[in-house]
Amino acid sequence: MSASVEPFARREIALVDVLDRLLAGGVVIAGDITLRIADVDLVRIDLKVLISAVNAQVPSPWPTAVAGGGAGEWRPE
Amino acid sequence: MIDDLRYVYAVCRPLAAPLHADLTGVGGAPPHQLVHEGLVAVVSPVPERDFGREPLRAHLEDLAWLAATARAHQNVVAALATVTCPLPLRLATVFRDDSGVRAMLEDESDRLHRILERIDGHVEWGVKVWLGSGDADGEGAAAGDAAPPSRRPPESGRDYLRRRRAGNAAREESTARAEVFARRLHGDLARYAAGARLHPVQSGPLTDAGAGRNILNSAYLVPRTWSEEFLELIGRTQGARPGLRVEVTGPWAAYSFTDDPESGAEPHGDEGAAEHQDAGGAP
Repeated sequence: MSASVEPFARREIALVDVLDRLLAGGVVIAGDITLRIADVDLVRIDLKVLISAVNAQVPSPWPTAVAGGGAGEWRPE
Repeated sequence: MIDDLRYVYAVCRPLAAPLHADLTGVGGAPPHQLVHEGLVAVVSPVPERDFGREPLRAHLEDLAWLAATARAHQNVVAALATVTCPLPLRLATVFRDDSGVRAMLEDESDRLHRILERIDGHVEWGVKVWLGSGDADGEGAAAGDAAPPSRRPPESGRDYLRRRRAGNAAREESTARAEVFARRLHGDLARYAAGARLHPVQSGPLTDAGAGRNILNSAYLVPRTWSEEFLELIGRTQGARPGLRVEVTGPWAAYSFTDDPESGAEPHGDEGAAEHQDAGGAP
């Protein structure tokens, strides 16, 4: 466990964790040129297979995201 | 340079100090602050030949380019996170020029202020639960206290099928127990945190092949000053379940908590995930 909570500064961040946040997180603002990964055809390589954040075949294990602040209850399946 | 586009990494409140001189952004150019109406956009020039609409579309399908750009973006946001609580923008948010960035800060001012208010003083922690790890058949170690599989070759087809069913049942049981553990952990952490989000579980070639199966991939918005207690809460669950591993990443800037607090929409509900929701219905 101690190794797992080592701060970022001392280890390489996994690309998959970076992409989870940068492709599915961050505030979306309509720039002059804004392409979201979902807007891209993704035909040259199958990025959808590579990146869970944009992979429709790998949805969240449970129905929807949970709102924060004490919303720890799970919806029944 | 004058014809370059403007790549925006994050928006934040005015900073007390200038950005570190050695900081480099996407494409190697140093980012700078563009201050307008009480907000700061952290911006760097990028060439149109890479970030114009068509080249950008092509680049986004190039994993090496995507990885380098994402890491450069994250690098700038992480540097900002050491001095403020930046609101990160989605990867590849690009404007024609500085006046386009200023117009955005004006148009989006209310929403940006609301989100900055919510994430102020907070960091994001990522938590993942993995089932099994490192063993040759991927999930054998996760079977827990199920009967160990026989190493003898099957005596008959029926014997083979019986063993196979037993193996499947053990896997299903360990998966079910892992999900129970993950739900409880998520519930406990979500109650403690100011916000919680589930990300899709990780799989595929970018995931560490020895990591096992990803059961939970979640993010929590936690007051910076509570981080230690939050990590202790996770630490106490270690060892609770043989065959399960809890991995923590962070502290991140609040990437997963950038939806508008005033909109009733599901977080990220307007994103790609929404359009796929009805595509994978279980039979």
